[in-house]
Amino acid sequence: MTAAAAAKNQPTPRSMVEVRHISKTYPGGVEALNDISIDFAEGQLTSLLGPSGCGKTTLLKIIAGLIPASSGEVMVDGRVVTGPGPERAFVFQDFALMPWANVMRNVAFGLELKGVARSEREAVAEKYIASVGLKGFEKAYPHELSGGMRQRAGLARALAVNAKVLLMDEPFSAVDEQTRRKFQEDLLELIARERKTFLFVTHSIEEAVYVSDRIIILSHRPSQVSSIVEPAIVRGGGPDRIRRDPAYLDTVESIWQSLKRYLD
Amino acid sequence: MTLITETVPAVRHTDFAASPIAHPAMLWLISAVVVCGAWEIAGHYPISPAFPPFSDTMGALFAMILDGSLPRALLITLKPLSIGLIVSVFLGVGLGVLMGLNRFAEWLGSPLFIIAQSAPLAALIPILTFAYGIGLTSKILTVCIMAMPVIVLNSLTAVRHTPASLVEMGQSFLGSRWQLILKIILPAASPVIFAGLRLGCAAGFIGVILAELLITPTGIGDIITYNQSIAEYENMYAAIFAIIVFSVVFIMLLERLEAVMFRPEKRAIS
Ligand SMILES: Nc1ncnc2c1ncn2[C@@H]1O[C@H](COP(=O)(O)OP(=O)(O)OP(=O)(O)O)[C@@H](O)[C@H]1O
Ligand SMILES: [Mg+2]
Repeated sequence: MTAAAAAKNQPTPRSMVEVRHISKTYPGGVEALNDISIDFAEGQLTSLLGPSGCGKTTLLKIIAGLIPASSGEVMVDGRVVTGPGPERAFVFQDFALMPWANVMRNVAFGLELKGVARSEREAVAEKYIASVGLKGFEKAYPHELSGGMRQRAGLARALAVNAKVLLMDEPFSAVDEQTRRKFQEDLLELIARERKTFLFVTHSIEEAVYVSDRIIILSHRPSQVSSIVEPAIVRGGGPDRIRRDPAYLDTVESIWQSLKRYLD
Repeated sequence: MTLITETVPAVRHTDFAASPIAHPAMLWLISAVVVCGAWEIAGHYPISPAFPPFSDTMGALFAMILDGSLPRALLITLKPLSIGLIVSVFLGVGLGVLMGLNRFAEWLGSPLFIIAQSAPLAALIPILTFAYGIGLTSKILTVCIMAMPVIVLNSLTAVRHTPASLVEMGQSFLGSRWQLILKIILPAASPVIFAGLRLGCAAGFIGVILAELLITPTGIGDIITYNQSIAEYENMYAAIFAIIVFSVVFIMLLERLEAVMFRPEKRAIS
């Protein structure tokens, strides 16, 4: 892959998340992951792309420490993962907002569980609520928000704990196309602003190419790494420039070609 | 075109919701008027000499309130009822939540409550009397066996059905087991737990009246049996009416309590 070759010449940043020979067989006997090894570089956004049911969520949850792997190990920031940790925060596909809590409490909830004093955690939450564009909705309950606003709240909650690694499971899949595009741009801005490591699961090839520094394509279940693509796209030219960039279009096309064989 | 056909009913719907007829208090009033009106007519029609009209019953009700006999009886009934309900509510929710959190506790406890829920518990009252005499204990136990099963089983189901992603969310933010239970599982379970409490407390009201009719006539049960035996049916119906009103008010307060304690967003809706 030419894009990958181009990126090879740059010095590779250190690995923030290392997945070492992870396999996962669910109790029912479903083999979701088979001996997967991936490195996720610090300060980059890496996407996981693959056919539905191939084990992307499973991998992300293993990295989050929410479910145990059957074998293999995950290292985050040099330490072996045995459970959830303060250096990781999860953004859930279904938002996972508490319906009985308003936006303020939901966003501050990670800090509340840490035992941070109320005034302090609300000050932090307020900042992140504003940064995801929800200012004025602090007192609103989730049922009063649109899907896109709910996901913003979920994102703000993950940002508020100031974790180094953000694990995002199809965060934009439940919102409409316009909101999604807006989110993607916001996400790029966020990456530039916060020097965090993002692990991003998505179904959308365009989205992956648009936002990622690196795309990991997974094969059918039981999943293995099928290929790795590093889109050599010059960012900063504005969203329209990127979407018309031949490199962008070529990368989308080549990923589509490599994913097509998993469709039956 | 589709846009227009879709918006028209929506507009009508808001019109209806805005009109005073659709106000919840108004709906209550209308249905109360219909029921009491039917009662009045049926009483005059006479269905049976043992069925007094609504107006006579209300007359008897106020007379018994004024001479103090109804309040006194209610206080007597309240004793086994309140002790029984307090025990059932706290023990029932406690056991149910425990069984929801712990498979072993469920395995141990749930068969008992599943049987208790489907068994005709009134049949146990003679056994209770045999074991605990005809005093307060038997009456409290009657309230408990009527109220507890549904409270326990609802609490169990409620806890079991906490959305998995909320629990994972709490875990991913390093919540302790206790924090997860208090801040996520219980609030998430509270609507179903409170539905169980409403059913359970209503069953407890039935239980206390059963106990007062079947064990020894005291309180409201005494007014019912006594007036039935001397054919003062207005008094009998007034006592029944009073206990029903009391029960309905109690259960509505319970609903309010839920919104205040656990689900502030419900106050925001209404
Ligand atoms: N709790 C579970 N118990 C048993 N099998 C499971 C469980 N969760 C997932 N699986 C199975 O593991 C496989 C991978 O699931 P996973 O949710 O990780 O896929 P995914 O790549 O995230 O899919 P999608 O893109 O549709 O979200 C699927 O075949 C699924 O049926
Ligand atoms: Mg998934």
